[in-house]
Amino acid sequence: VKRSLIVDTSVHFISYSVLVLSLYLLFAGHNQPGGGFVGGLVAGAAVGLRYVAGGIEAVRQASPVRPWTILGVGLLVASVTAIVPLLAGGAVLDNAVGEWHVLALGHMHATSATVFDVGVYLVVVGLTLMVFEAFGDDPEPGEGTGA
Amino acid sequence: VAGAGPAAAVAWALWRAGGVLDGGVVTERAEWVPRLGLGVDLRIDGFGLLMVGLVSGIGTLVFAYSWRYFGQDTPGVGRLTGLLGLFAGAMFGLVVADNLLVLYVFWELTSVTSFLLIGHDDRDRAARSAALHALLVTGGGGLAMLGGFVLLGQQAGTYRLSAIVAHPPTGGTVTAALVLVLVGAFAKSAQYPFHSWLPAAMVAPTPVSAYLHAAAMVKAGVYLVARLAPAFADVGVWRPLVVVVGLVTMVAGGLRALLRTDLKLLLAFGTVSQLGFLVVLLGIGRPEATVAGCALLVAHGAFKAALFMVVGIVDHQAGTRDIGALPPLGAGWGPAKVVAVASAASMAGLPPLAGFLAKEAAYDAFVHGTAGDRAVLAGLVAGSVLTVAYSLRLAWALVRSGPRSGRVHDDFGGENATGIGSVPRPSWGFLAPAAVLAAVTVAVGVAPSGLSELVDAGAAALDPAAHAHLRLWHGLTATLALAAVTIAGGLLLFAVRRRVERVQAALAPRPPAVAVYRAALRGVDRVADVVTGAVQPGSLPLYASVVLLTAAVVPGAGLVLGGGWPGWPAVVGDVAYLPAVGLLVGGAVAAAVATRRFTAALLLGVVGYGMALLFVVQGAPDLALTQFAVETLSVVLFLLVLRRLPDRFERRSPAPARAFRLGVAATVAAFVFVLAIAAPAARTEPPVSREMVARAEPDGGGRNVVDVILLDIRELDTLGEITVLVVAAVGATAIARVGRRPRESRRTAGTPREPDAPEGDEP
Repeated sequence: VKRSLIVDTSVHFISYSVLVLSLYLLFAGHNQPGGGFVGGLVAGAAVGLRYVAGGIEAVRQASPVRPWTILGVGLLVASVTAIVPLLAGGAVLDNAVGEWHVLALGHMHATSATVFDVGVYLVVVGLTLMVFEAFGDDPEPGEGTGA
Repeated sequence: VAGAGPAAAVAWALWRAGGVLDGGVVTERAEWVPRLGLGVDLRIDGFGLLMVGLVSGIGTLVFAYSWRYFGQDTPGVGRLTGLLGLFAGAMFGLVVADNLLVLYVFWELTSVTSFLLIGHDDRDRAARSAALHALLVTGGGGLAMLGGFVLLGQQAGTYRLSAIVAHPPTGGTVTAALVLVLVGAFAKSAQYPFHSWLPAAMVAPTPVSAYLHAAAMVKAGVYLVARLAPAFADVGVWRPLVVVVGLVTMVAGGLRALLRTDLKLLLAFGTVSQLGFLVVLLGIGRPEATVAGCALLVAHGAFKAALFMVVGIVDHQAGTRDIGALPPLGAGWGPAKVVAVASAASMAGLPPLAGFLAKEAAYDAFVHGTAGDRAVLAGLVAGSVLTVAYSLRLAWALVRSGPRSGRVHDDFGGENATGIGSVPRPSWGFLAPAAVLAAVTVAVGVAPSGLSELVDAGAAALDPAAHAHLRLWHGLTATLALAAVTIAGGLLLFAVRRRVERVQAALAPRPPAVAVYRAALRGVDRVADVVTGAVQPGSLPLYASVVLLTAAVVPGAGLVLGGGWPGWPAVVGDVAYLPAVGLLVGGAVAAAVATRRFTAALLLGVVGYGMALLFVVQGAPDLALTQFAVETLSVVLFLLVLRRLPDRFERRSPAPARAFRLGVAATVAAFVFVLAIAAPAARTEPPVSREMVARAEPDGGGRNVVDVILLDIRELDTLGEITVLVVAAVGATAIARVGRRPRESRRTAGTPREPDAPEGDEP
């Protein structure tokens, strides 16, 4: 794969910014536009940028864990969030709302739905990585027109 | 130990017998599916008691018998015993069920257990195919019967058997329902032309044959016919159908039984014949005939089970049950022979045995009637003559057995190696159950009052006009003369049996019923083949067209025919939408005419961005954000996959196909358009979204309604969706890897890489 320094460098910066944006969307989602699904998609776009710059190897370097691990952990987080209220004596998927005043950060507001949303986020990111893993690892010359 | 169930049932039945015999009824009810009005209604009246006694009494004896028959260490004996117990329970349920649907469940349960029991020796091909044969025939009949039950229940307004019989519905639907029910009953009770499964089922172990295929399961059809006959015998085709089928079965089964040399097959065809007899008696719907039918039911259960047991003993000890190959049964076989002869004599209807009583009652029911009755009577006499003949044949074979050809079988089993011709005598415990049955046969014949009372109660429960007066000696009547004629005829047939066999062989039906069954199976296979080939040609565009057209035309027709034009929605004419609309239309048209896959995929992305723009204009930033993200990522992933496909679309399809596709596309588009216009106007309830918006902040703890919906209100849906996502990801990866495997193996072998796309258009 031919790699261009300009693309490499700019992708390096942009993709981190996009990842931060995706995290922001994830946590802002409850009160403003955003959420785990959109956040995950945006993170997926960051992965796509890396792919454009360096192919599947760059995608693999970007993620310290394998895609299926992310996928599984995401589903696990969401499921556990769903089940925990049951153990606490409530109905499945009951949501808890908590408010804290933390020094220096001011007012904190969180619901257990956010944890569930993290699960969704992880699943979407994992899905994207999986697809790149599945279809992205053969940049053959002469095959199609290249991405 | 497994016999405890039926034994307990017998004890229970005896305990309640007093009340039921006096005309009382025991009922139980347990709710099953209350919302459908389905309850497990159980009801035992006189006839039910008779059947319970028959099913559970013989069941207990069969369990005792199979304990000796199998021994402790036969492989699979545990499974067999369990299945027999299950069957006994199902059969018990069948005869006490008062709800048609509950009865059907038990009915099918007996079919299934019968399948498993016939196929007990699952390494034997013949056993497997016989089991399947029985299941297909009885199960197919059962389906017809279920249809009949539903029709009957809907017409009557109730599924309670007792209520239906008490107030029978009428009408053409009822006639159709009855025919369907009769098909099921005939299939179960091995009536012509459905009889062929019963002889085939004789590959089952003998205890199974004795119980299921002589005493219990095959009586289920007879039971049902008997239940319905008093109420429906005058309806439509019931009586002619039942009588003709029953008589044909009786005579044809008797003829077949005369021809068999395998004792079990002889008994099986004898059973077919006797079942025909029972169907005639219990199905004709006359009080006197019903009485005779009830008597024969008991008598047949006793003698046929006993005969099966004796044949099983002979088979077990001698290793063969072929008349020609049977070794002489010498010392110690006396008791077994006595049991066999007594039971066979009862089958033949010799006085003073139970069979005689039943046959007398049957003749008596028809002897004083019209010409039609005389015809039925003639058929019954003919069938009985055959019965006498094959009973003699059976008894003769057992009593005077010896290798006719002089050929000696010496593969009787280990302990018989000491001497030819000395088949080890059966132990007393082995013979005891059969002996009990034979004792019942004799005792009932000599002192008929006990049977008379039971039969009286049973017949009266079916038909209040029926009263039994079973006696050995009626005086010198026409009935007695007929009995004498029957016995004489049977003796004559037996005397000239060689000639009869020759004539029979010449007259054997072509094609035999088993061949018809096989041909039917093959036919079904072939039809399935053709149908599958026709509806699943494997063309993806065709499937898509059918699905889309159905989705568009069916509701589309309703839309066009159903409602008036609601008028243009408010957004029409709003300038703010124009850029989005332009993007959408332009992108869609361009994508449709694009010749390169890449271009098409990108243009589809343009359409998606147009949608997002639409959301923005509508004031839905969250949706727009999601749409943008989804669109971006899906275009990227799309392109990933597209790299593996040829750059341009396949060569253009022929003009008619293209015109067809254009038509489909236009239809779907028109439908969606109309739907989009009509749907908002069709609202009758206030939208649920108002409540969602109102409760998002206080209950969900968030101001983003969309997010609260996803994460709180419909959280379970979201959980399901991400699960689907995970499955899809795993599936996509698996597919991609499968498609790549050959190349990867080549790569590891050190050969140069090759492109994945098999036939790219690229140079």
